[in-house]
Amino acid sequence: MSRPVPRRPEYHKINRDLLVLTYGALVAQLCKDYEKDEDVNKYLDKMGYGIGTRLVEDFLARSCVRRCHSYSEITHIIAEVAFKMYLGVTPSVTCNNSSKNEFSLILDKNPLSEFVEELPAGRSSLCYCNLLCGIIRGALEMVHLAVDVMFLQDRLKGDSVTEIGITFLKQPEKKKYRRRK
Amino acid sequence: MADTVLFELLHTEMVAELWAPDPDPGPGGQKTSLSVLESMGFRVGQALGERLPQETLGFREELEVLKFLCKDLWVAVFHKQMDSLRTNHQGTYVLQDNSFPLLVPMASGRQYVEEAPKFLAFTCGLLCGALGTLGFQSLVTASVTALPACKFQVVIRKP
Repeated sequence: MSRPVPRRPEYHKINRDLLVLTYGALVAQLCKDYEKDEDVNKYLDKMGYGIGTRLVEDFLARSCVRRCHSYSEITHIIAEVAFKMYLGVTPSVTCNNSSKNEFSLILDKNPLSEFVEELPAGRSSLCYCNLLCGIIRGALEMVHLAVDVMFLQDRLKGDSVTEIGITFLKQPEKKKYRRRK
Repeated sequence: MADTVLFELLHTEMVAELWAPDPDPGPGGQKTSLSVLESMGFRVGQALGERLPQETLGFREELEVLKFLCKDLWVAVFHKQMDSLRTNHQGTYVLQDNSFPLLVPMASGRQYVEEAPKFLAFTCGLLCGALGTLGFQSLVTASVTALPACKFQVVIRKP
């Protein structure tokens, strides 16, 4: 199809809205299927994991990032390159502990919950964007990094910002293959 | 485009998780398991229809609306136009896409033809919902003979 396609500015917005609306319909469907918030959260995380394992390939192909040498570098790349590329926002990064393996991504504006004003009644522990946690976890696992990802603060629950916490878990096998001289 | 990748992967996960083969495939059986995805597509289609440029909401002619869906809506959602639109001028339209983006990553040819309907259910709902917002009740079904080409059949219901 080489004929040029007319691109009106409204269509760019429709395309962005498509993802947000589809995600909203998905969460609504899961809320219908599962009574407990924990089950919906877990399901979203599981789906996100599946997406993340495939998204990372697309990300690496598009971004050509260099090999990272620290957890801090990795977290910055997730915030400044990946989030920007796929969601059009750049969360800020903070380090939460001195051993430098716990970080937070702070989002002022969460594009996935753009059309959500508040959580539905009776769903106060729903992590609306839990898909994101699964995506980060799945993507990092494909590059051999085990992490725990969860929402620490959520604007939809009344907090001032949305905060995603990433904890890099230590790899116990690291020292196993040291050569003995 | 990066944001379409995220939508495509989300769609794939949704199909994997929400489509369940009906244990008792009677004549209506196949329809019920597709309907979850279709109804989600319907909601999204309705919402997208409300976001369309104002002048489109003034369409009165059926054919104008279908042409709009094939050109503008398809471009907005899938970054390409529909490849052909045929009609019997009695309310039935066949929209053909020779390389439907949600089928392109799957296969080329006859492999997985049985699986393809799952990947079209959401889009059928989307078309139906968008038509609804534009004032037309419809029934949308899809068929595939060889990936990634597919046909959407739209039957406009008379009030």
